[in-house]
Amino acid sequence: MSLIVSAIGQGLIWGILGLGLFLTFRILNFPDMTVEGTFPFGASICVAAIVHGASPLIATLLSLCAGLLTGLITGLLYTKGKIPILLAGILVMTGIYSINLRILGKATVGLLNKNTILTATFFKKLPDGFDTVLLGIFVVILVVCVLSVFLNTELGQAFIATGDNEKMARSLGINTDNMKILGLMISNSLISLTGGLIAQNNGYADVNMGIGTIVIGLAAIIIGEVAYGELPLIARLIAVVIGSILYRFVLLIVLKLGFSTDDFKLISAIVLALCLMLPLLKNKLNLGKVIKKGVQQP
Amino acid sequence: MTDHILELHDIITTVNAGNNEEKQILKNLNIDIDSGDFITLLGTNGAGKSTLLNVINGSLFPNQGTIKLNGLDLTTLTESKRAKYIAQVFQDPKLGTAPRMTVAENLLLAFKRGQKRTLRLRNLHKHMLSFKQLTAQLPNGLSNLLNTPTGNLSGGQRQTLSFLMATINHPEILLLDEHTAALDPNTAQQLLELTNKIITQEKLTCIMITHQLKDALKFGNRTIILNAGNIVLDIKGDARHQLTETDILKYFTDI
Repeated sequence: MSLIVSAIGQGLIWGILGLGLFLTFRILNFPDMTVEGTFPFGASICVAAIVHGASPLIATLLSLCAGLLTGLITGLLYTKGKIPILLAGILVMTGIYSINLRILGKATVGLLNKNTILTATFFKKLPDGFDTVLLGIFVVILVVCVLSVFLNTELGQAFIATGDNEKMARSLGINTDNMKILGLMISNSLISLTGGLIAQNNGYADVNMGIGTIVIGLAAIIIGEVAYGELPLIARLIAVVIGSILYRFVLLIVLKLGFSTDDFKLISAIVLALCLMLPLLKNKLNLGKVIKKGVQQP
Repeated sequence: MTDHILELHDIITTVNAGNNEEKQILKNLNIDIDSGDFITLLGTNGAGKSTLLNVINGSLFPNQGTIKLNGLDLTTLTESKRAKYIAQVFQDPKLGTAPRMTVAENLLLAFKRGQKRTLRLRNLHKHMLSFKQLTAQLPNGLSNLLNTPTGNLSGGQRQTLSFLMATINHPEILLLDEHTAALDPNTAQQLLELTNKIITQEKLTCIMITHQLKDALKFGNRTIILNAGNIVLDIKGDARHQLTETDILKYFTDI
């Protein structure tokens, strides 16, 4: 039971990262590798701030700002520097590794006996695991509401149009470069916020904690889409969060099957690859027909 | 001093500048366009028709020359800045609309063409009634598809929508780059009639590229023929009325 509660809690918080990645991967239509640097950047800044005596709330807000910066840099490299987006993301991600080491001073910094958002008296009263769930629900609702409103503004629509048809967007007077930079900044701020929250939840920041985060975020998006199919935009945001929770359940099952946590990265990659190929496999193998036949036969 | 709406002076565009593949596409082009001109633009493939449109809309900067709109120098303005004045319909129906957004959302985007987009709510519902009326006069049932993603529309519907999007906000210059070429003959004819009707009604200034000699003479008030980057014919009024398709063909081969 406690394992399931913990999986839901983790799923909700990682869902914020999924939402951030959704803005670039699904709306702007490109994969942003900056994620893998932004996530530990947010965690490092948050932990460093708390260690230096900042209040957990301020530290969390600082982690959010961290992503605005990395998103801005990747965006400038991509739009003004004309560096392909994959490479721009990898450059920023690689550069941030050194910065994270500078911020933390060493590879891992713990938060033992420090105040975090989760040690606030309100969360203390909750049973183990439920504090993360409650925090997750609160932040997810906040983020989904803000994104829903933003995407319904004139600016938000221009942002969506940029990803949907860049040539048309430009011909309608939308500055598509600015839209891409804006999208990367919002996206990365959500990702670094996730880094800050995960660091407080786990009690430490590690310079290597970013490895594989893009796969986790994409898995949340893809699993959500596989589970729910075609949805209106706002519902798709919620599907991402649910996908993130389902992904945690998959990991839980894998763990119960006897794999170790060391195998998670490999399994995550395989799960994501399978989900990405699912539409193709469905067509090739006529899975739909096979399943129907199976039902018809007594 | 100027009573022309659009002036192109000494426009030269070059591809592969600096290496031995260097080639001039537009060779010292001069065009003055009057307000309300509906120009049909003809020419062989590679004559520079699309390049000319790209120079006007700002997706291509000329190597030399100036572009002025109502006396305002556009030469160095980017495509998105020029969108305030210039609207375009592309040949490929896929290029003119955002496929995952609905018909109404696309119309609203176009309605705000060239305006600053802020964090104001878009208030789509306030525009639905006017969009409904606007699309109701069209031949292909768009008014019942306002909430359909444009990716699900047929090529003809998309192109009609693209045309509507280009004209919804009364652009100073309307550029049509063979906008009916990808459609079946009936749909193409329908869209051409609609094009003619709206341009005449709204008194728009328009340049339309076409490969149909008949259409080039039937529509508009002025015809320009490009050949190898030069203007070989620029004709309007009575002289144009007497022109036949055979006359035009000469200009394609003569050089």
